[in-house]
Amino acid sequence: MTAAATYDLGKLHGGLRLPGEKEQSTSRGVQQVPLPRQLFLPLQQHVGEPAQPIVAAGDRVLKGQLIAAADGELSAPIHASTSGTVLAIEPWPVSRRHGEAGPCIVIESDGLDQAYHYDGHPVQYQELAPDELLQKILQGGIVGLGGAVFPTAQKLMQAVTAPLTHLILNGVECEPFISCDDMLMREQARNLLGGAQILMHALRLEKCFVVVESDKPEAIHGIAVAMSELDDKRIVLKQVPTIYPSGGEDQLVQLVTNLEVPSGGLPTDVGCVVQNVGTAAAIHRWIVDGEPLISRITTITGDGIASPVNVEARIGTPVSELIAVAGGYTERANQMIIGGPMTGKSVTTDRVPLVKATNCVLVLSDVIPLADERPCIRCGECAIVCPIELQPQQLFWFACSDNEKQLRAHGLTDCIECGCCDLVCPSHIPLTADFRKAKARMREMEDEKARAERARLRFEARTTRLMQEQAQRDQELAKQKQDALSAGPDAIREILERSRSKNQKDDQ
Amino acid sequence: MEFERRDAPFVTPSTDVASIMRQVLYALIPAALAYVWYFGAGFIFNLLIAALFCAAGEAAMLRLRGRPVEPVLGDFSAMVTAVLLAFALPALTPWWVTATAALFGIVVVKHLYGGLGYNLFNPAMAGYVVVLVAFPLDLNLWTAPRMGDLDYHYMNLFETARYTLTGTFPDYLTFDAISRATPLDVVKAGLNSMNTFEEMRSYPMMGDFGGRGWEWIGNFTAIGGAWLLLRNIIRWQIPFGVLAGLLIPAGIFYFADPAVHASPGFYLFSGGTILCAFFIATDPVTAATSPRGRLVYGLGIGFLIYAIRRWGSYADGVAFAVLLMNMAAPAIDYVTRPRIVGHARRSWGRK
Repeated sequence: MTAAATYDLGKLHGGLRLPGEKEQSTSRGVQQVPLPRQLFLPLQQHVGEPAQPIVAAGDRVLKGQLIAAADGELSAPIHASTSGTVLAIEPWPVSRRHGEAGPCIVIESDGLDQAYHYDGHPVQYQELAPDELLQKILQGGIVGLGGAVFPTAQKLMQAVTAPLTHLILNGVECEPFISCDDMLMREQARNLLGGAQILMHALRLEKCFVVVESDKPEAIHGIAVAMSELDDKRIVLKQVPTIYPSGGEDQLVQLVTNLEVPSGGLPTDVGCVVQNVGTAAAIHRWIVDGEPLISRITTITGDGIASPVNVEARIGTPVSELIAVAGGYTERANQMIIGGPMTGKSVTTDRVPLVKATNCVLVLSDVIPLADERPCIRCGECAIVCPIELQPQQLFWFACSDNEKQLRAHGLTDCIECGCCDLVCPSHIPLTADFRKAKARMREMEDEKARAERARLRFEARTTRLMQEQAQRDQELAKQKQDALSAGPDAIREILERSRSKNQKDDQ
Repeated sequence: MEFERRDAPFVTPSTDVASIMRQVLYALIPAALAYVWYFGAGFIFNLLIAALFCAAGEAAMLRLRGRPVEPVLGDFSAMVTAVLLAFALPALTPWWVTATAALFGIVVVKHLYGGLGYNLFNPAMAGYVVVLVAFPLDLNLWTAPRMGDLDYHYMNLFETARYTLTGTFPDYLTFDAISRATPLDVVKAGLNSMNTFEEMRSYPMMGDFGGRGWEWIGNFTAIGGAWLLLRNIIRWQIPFGVLAGLLIPAGIFYFADPAVHASPGFYLFSGGTILCAFFIATDPVTAATSPRGRLVYGLGIGFLIYAIRRWGSYADGVAFAVLLMNMAAPAIDYVTRPRIVGHARRSWGRK
């Protein structure tokens, strides 16, 4: 069944072989989370501008109904995850902000789970022009489910402007603990391949790689079975070795095509469009089944969880309810992370809802020691593992001294924040966190510079305008004077007379 | 349930500075045993004195700089300095010489530049060079390695301790009676006075490649170095660079005219070559930092060792070679930056 798999891979610098920690959550199939009583749908579940609510408290909504429309740059619409009543639009803890509050639409479920019917679904996508199909995808609220939550339709619309060669479906789940894509490939391979066909049609592509790590035999089997059923020669399964962070978009492109995505560029610059396997399945669900992105599979795992498992839950379900399906916490639960242990975000409370980006809820027992940071001894291990071939030891040095020029010259902006350098640092320097801060400072400085520049331009424009006005006035006065002089003494007297009578009139 | 907030990644690093330094110390055990076997207990006294003064210097400087003392002393980096110093010094060295080297290395070279991670120069080598210049006579007192020579008096434990503490010999011994030229001295002087290398190879002090005894210390040092390489504590670039930088010119000259040049094997197994390649040049703080840079750095040290031994006025050149390349390390780092993935290939040395 795995005969189609190939190993002809490009080279990736550095990286780490990390313990997978995935068996815990893959021993059982995906569990369905019961409908929660209340759902909390953050208005910002994507990279760009928050969506604008189009419902108000008290409105009844149906499952799949649009409740917040895309508004502004890289925004994506949000749909009700079940039927019920809008209780409020109010701040609620969200994972994007580590558990601090962000605006959410709160829906009280009526338990009926009554679906909204979209006209024209299932869409016969083969009959649609690619542009029309992209417009359809846009309405599904679909964002990149690998964790970056870039609005998919915008990504595709940007991509079609470039000459493309490959669609790459990313099934490389390289971060430890996370196994939601693995489970999706095992259980819903048919869906994701269907998504691949839709994507190929939308992008006018004739070649698709489905890339899976070789340590996921069940997923490979799942894909292979679905492929043989589908019998689409355009789709090719590729296996890659398990090295973190080979699942990063640019890293995957490099691994599969041996082409480097240029610094500051996109995979489309080398002809590739990368989509997460979950995103492809979501597209299929929307286009064929008429169900927008209102649920997802997520991994509930870690040694702080009683029985780790993958669950499928509605977007907006509080994480505490997902934990309950996974048997609750163990006594040692100490740290909650949304995402994986390498790039995830810690949250302070399990009241945060499941959002489109939530691929994993990791609860760990470890108390990670803080403040044992030592001076850098320049051992260079960080540079050996850096997948971008940066020199973190040098960047660290320049970050300490806030040397923006050298930070740029040494490629700080190319850092993908994978965290490999942190793991091998004998001095326990939080390099990735330091680089994140340095990047933020750099952005701040840029903004400030831009603001100063705008202020300067405005000031200069104003000065020029004032000077022009002054010159114009001077010119007019001079002209009047000239006219008066050339008109002779009678005319001057007449003018003076007129102005005097005007003044008197004004006085009265 | 409520949790604490932290920054990714949420994985504890598997190594720490202290364990690296400890492993370096373990790796030096075979060489230390060999050194004691061939040159006597003086090495142990030197080591104890160096360790005492390195630790005291480090503690005092940390206190003066208002830094926590205990965790830094616990990283064993000062101990590595002390051990390397003990290896560099002759087995019979009065305590004040060792103390001067240790204090200079730790106080001036390490801490006045900001402590571990910030020093430009290798503290052990800088300390050694200071006493080499300040106490040339003491640093010249090399004894004969223990090879069963009947006409040579090996000082016993008590005599060695007395010499270390007071700098005085037993009544029946003199400096000249106890001191022996090292193989590097002998070959250098011999070649300068037109003896052939082949002739000198037949001297009883010479072994298979280097001096008798010396070459066995080299072997045991290499065992520790290989262990460090296997454990990825050090990477291959610097040791390879040092050895290649020394052996390639030595080989070229030797094969061009074996009569007037010593063999590459002799240089490899004499003096501090192997210790330098695996333990001294590999000090990460003062070396170049990129893999390519480290190769260049190692090659530079190797070549300078050869140049000093062959044409300089000192018999061995390890310390000077290391210090000179320490100075060059930042420039090497600058020109050997690796190409960042996704960036165009950079022309040499340009931004």
